[in-house]
Amino acid sequence: MRFLLDDEQREFARSLDKMLGGAEPTAAIRAWAAGDTGPGRALWARLAEAGVFALAVPEEHEGLGLLPVELAVSFGELGRHAVPGPLVETVAAAALLARLGGPVAAARLPGIASGRTAASLCLLSPGSPYALDGDAADAVFVVDGDTLRLAESTGPVQPSSDPARRLSRPVGGTVLRQGPEVVAAAAHAAEVAALAVAAQALGVGRALLAQTVEYVGGRKQFGVAIGSFQAVKHRLADTLIALEFAEPLVHAAALALAPGDPGSRSGFGSGRAVAAAKVAACEAAYAAARSALQLHGALGYTEELDLSLWIRKARALRTAWGTPAECRARVLAR
Amino acid sequence: MDLDFTAAEDAFRAEARAWLAAHVPAAPLPSLETADGFAAHREWERTLHADRWSVVSWPEEIGGRDASILQWLIFEEEYYAAGAPGRVSQNGINLLAPTLFEHGTDEQRARVLPSMASGEVIWAQAWSEPESGSDLASLRSTAERVDGGWRLSGQKTWSSRAAFADRAFGLFRSDRDGLEAGKPHRGLTYLMFPLDADGVTVRPIGRIDGKPAFAELFLDDVFVPDEDVIGAPGQGWQVAMSTAGNERGLTLRSPGRFTAAADRLTALWRSEDSHADPADPADTALRDRVADAVIGARAYQLFTYANASRIAAGGSIGAESSLNKVFWSDLDIALHETALDLLGPYGELADEAEDAPAHGSWAEGYTFSLAGPIYAGTNEIQRDIIAERLLGLPKGRR
Repeated sequence: MRFLLDDEQREFARSLDKMLGGAEPTAAIRAWAAGDTGPGRALWARLAEAGVFALAVPEEHEGLGLLPVELAVSFGELGRHAVPGPLVETVAAAALLARLGGPVAAARLPGIASGRTAASLCLLSPGSPYALDGDAADAVFVVDGDTLRLAESTGPVQPSSDPARRLSRPVGGTVLRQGPEVVAAAAHAAEVAALAVAAQALGVGRALLAQTVEYVGGRKQFGVAIGSFQAVKHRLADTLIALEFAEPLVHAAALALAPGDPGSRSGFGSGRAVAAAKVAACEAAYAAARSALQLHGALGYTEELDLSLWIRKARALRTAWGTPAECRARVLAR
Repeated sequence: MDLDFTAAEDAFRAEARAWLAAHVPAAPLPSLETADGFAAHREWERTLHADRWSVVSWPEEIGGRDASILQWLIFEEEYYAAGAPGRVSQNGINLLAPTLFEHGTDEQRARVLPSMASGEVIWAQAWSEPESGSDLASLRSTAERVDGGWRLSGQKTWSSRAAFADRAFGLFRSDRDGLEAGKPHRGLTYLMFPLDADGVTVRPIGRIDGKPAFAELFLDDVFVPDEDVIGAPGQGWQVAMSTAGNERGLTLRSPGRFTAAADRLTALWRSEDSHADPADPADTALRDRVADAVIGARAYQLFTYANASRIAAGGSIGAESSLNKVFWSDLDIALHETALDLLGPYGELADEAEDAPAHGSWAEGYTFSLAGPIYAGTNEIQRDIIAERLLGLPKGRR
């Protein structure tokens, strides 16, 4: 057993962090929220160049995957920089199409791997009536029971509590595939999506903690840094604890999704492993958001401060691709 | 990155499982915080030792199996999954032994470790004093230099297991200069002493349920020979901190305890004793808490696998051990609270009640868990360490 990221995986994370940090993502986030997807798509192209989307596409379709550990590593960095767009939905759609195979996969997967295609995915039941960033995506896939459709269009945008998440209902479309294999592929896609959200949430939480640690170290009241007060320290210590203990759950969930995983001997198959990771990571990120908001005082409650972009994302990710209650029920499922 | 075990590790697990299946007592032993229970648990240590299962990570020549950290974790998983008794010798094995391996002499190891492994000598800790708890370095019990050894005087308290144990280890002030210079960590000496020596008075203290789980120790001019000093005189703080690191780090509460307890909790939730209805999707309040216990135990297990991998790769664990301590102690309480709530009207029964579910093990486990955030460095101190050493926040008044 070597339950640690290897040097190459850590270097991959560092290079993405560096690339995203230098790309002024907050400007892209605010533009995306306002309906201008140009800067976001430019970032998308760079992520594709770095190989992020190819991680979910099989080699036979010009990808590298499925490589769930690398996927989790990269989504951690996407969360850390609050990158906008249907990132999770694109890799989940790739997982769905790859599992189905056939002409649909051959037609769509190379575009996803190369970054030409930003896809959205909507699993109607159980799931959500909305497609994330359906208006900006090049293809919106919809699974309704045993039927996979390519939506014709999307309805009006329903603003999310995270301004960078643009939700809309898919409308109409053509049937691409029908049968029990769609149900199975959708279940697999939902696990990949939940893993990606969990990893993303972990990155969001790490960013919130880092920004808050920096703030309380500099902000002075009563003549000293507020970060020297135990009430502040202990809240941030708890924030770190939750994130640190969620991370190995995310890594284990990634291993459970790796092709050919023997199905972990501790009884945590991919469904349970992903659900556990999703709850722990999203709860940790949400708690980090609450701490960040509280410890920044009134400043943290402003839209103007970029911190709000992470705070609001943490809230949205909590219920995206599996509510806390659904995930907890899955952890206990036999 | 993987979570795989080798064939040798699987074989080790199978051997441990088979041995435990054949030897673990069918009915739980009486609480180890009672005289009868203590004796029964000591006897269990002897049984473990006879087949070299009491100290698996120690060298073979002193009763161990040279087990790796991962093998030790495997043993612990199997041990608690089998419902085996609590370890009455854990203070010695987890706290004193690592100190002796690191700072002791060959003579001390040869003299102390074999009888510790067999349960013949049970060790108690003697750290806290009435005026020195979290601020341990302010301690005032003294070790006065005399011909051939030291004379100990003062008062120790909250000494776990001391009511029935044989010997104790702890810190004593051998030089007052450090204290007077505002550097209290200096001038402390780490010593071992018998609890039945002349001048030692042991006064058991009832823990919250009345069982004498710890004791006050009064030391009145107790002679200790030089051979019972561990490390250099005056260097006791540094010696003890390596022990504290072990206590908070990997060895004190292995993940196996919690994965086994979470499995038992899940079984309880599904059983007829449960006052929650697993089949009712609306009955989510208790279900969510059961799920959180399962998730927490799994997280702790995986976190520990990662730490074990880090150590195997040449790394070490420092302030990170404080993350562990806060996590498992909070998890332990939440898990047992959930069990008691699931038991409805039976949840309030004390462990000795005839009607107590699972032979009182949930009640006993709950009482034991309540001490977790307090001992081995309170969770407040741990959170200070996390904030200052891991997050880099400025030091402040405690």
